[in-house]
Amino acid sequence: MILKLKFNFIFKMDSVEIGEVFLFCRYSRPTGLLLCFAAIVVFPGHAFAQGNYFVTYTHHMEEPGNLEFATKSATGFPRAGNAFLGNAVELEYGVKTWWTSELYLDSQTTANESSLFTGFRFENRFRPLLQEHWINPVLYAEFEDINSADKALLEVVGHDGVGDFLSRSDRSEKKREVELKLILSSNFKGWNLAENMIAEKNIAGEPWEFGYAVAVSRPLSLAASPNACRFCRENFTAGAELYGGLGDRYSFGLHDTSHYLAPTIAFHVPNGPTFSVSPAAGLNSNSHGFLLRFGVAYEINQVVSRLRGK
Amino acid sequence: MIRAKKTSLLMNLILILGASLLFASAGDGLWMTKVPEKDRARQNPFDSESNAVAAGAKLFRQNCSSCHGSEATGVKNRPNLHSERIRVATPGELEWLLKNGSMKNGMPSWSKLPEQQRWQIVAFLKSLQ
Repeated sequence: MILKLKFNFIFKMDSVEIGEVFLFCRYSRPTGLLLCFAAIVVFPGHAFAQGNYFVTYTHHMEEPGNLEFATKSATGFPRAGNAFLGNAVELEYGVKTWWTSELYLDSQTTANESSLFTGFRFENRFRPLLQEHWINPVLYAEFEDINSADKALLEVVGHDGVGDFLSRSDRSEKKREVELKLILSSNFKGWNLAENMIAEKNIAGEPWEFGYAVAVSRPLSLAASPNACRFCRENFTAGAELYGGLGDRYSFGLHDTSHYLAPTIAFHVPNGPTFSVSPAAGLNSNSHGFLLRFGVAYEINQVVSRLRGK
Repeated sequence: MIRAKKTSLLMNLILILGASLLFASAGDGLWMTKVPEKDRARQNPFDSESNAVAAGAKLFRQNCSSCHGSEATGVKNRPNLHSERIRVATPGELEWLLKNGSMKNGMPSWSKLPEQQRWQIVAFLKSLQ
């Protein structure tokens, strides 16, 4: 209740008070900075967060100076195992117009077992061509330090499958992996089409594993309504994703891999967060029968300028 | 005390590094020379729609005002859009800029917005003059 009241208070501040908050931030000590950080989080941003997809990346980069907070959750109910909720908290920062940097913190909860922090991922995306083309490539490089209990399912590679989720969660196996992606993305008449080719390697000496993700989406309305409205069609984006593994260096192909088809829908609240949901259907016996993904993203404009009180 | 100083120093370093990476120079207008002729000559399909300016103003507030200000006068060293350059630019040039950005100068591409919404923003920009 107290938390709720505080949130309401911050949302009701006018621009002068908000300016004072950021001025306070500039001169405050670490504890104050933490409070400032919380204030910035609840201060309404003006740009909407982008994520239309859960697995597939597009060529759309974070605007420079903006910080996006997002959660990406995946919940599954394997027949022979315990239901789980894998979660990734994402901090995405636009370093340059052509460079976006991201940190993920992964955790999971499994029914009848426990809740675990399962590791982190740090990734960077670079856009080599600085203008729009029919196909826009983006280069993606990630280092992840997670363990075998991770269930965030941010990508599907190699021979990943439902079998990995049946045994009791344990953190004994470390996965220090490098992941590379070639992201190709196009916009045409309001549609976005994105293809990702994924290569991942455990640096402990396991072979390269491969995967793919393809997605298409479109806003429900291409033109904006002149009126301020929360539930205008332009604020909704619908689409679908197809993703799965392609084996590894020694057994490349579809054998013993898992694949998913998932409709997606995103709701961009004007000057607020973006809510996304995606029910995914497994396409073969090695896949989860059903996965429900959902997420919230919130973008803060020009976060460094605000912290400096400018 | 020493710990507080260290934290303060670290925060300053992070801020300085972040700020130096963040802000590119104000628009230099060079982008206009890159616009292909066929794009330059394009007319705004929303010219005849009376609601286009209002819709564009809404989109501007949602997507552009953090850098260009709610009155489009620019924030810090970001360009003031009540300028001669914007006044003389053709609608096609402005739509091209929104689509492609001027990434070397810190202007991101807004290709994530549908073309129709970019034209609505252009209608709003032209109404500023």
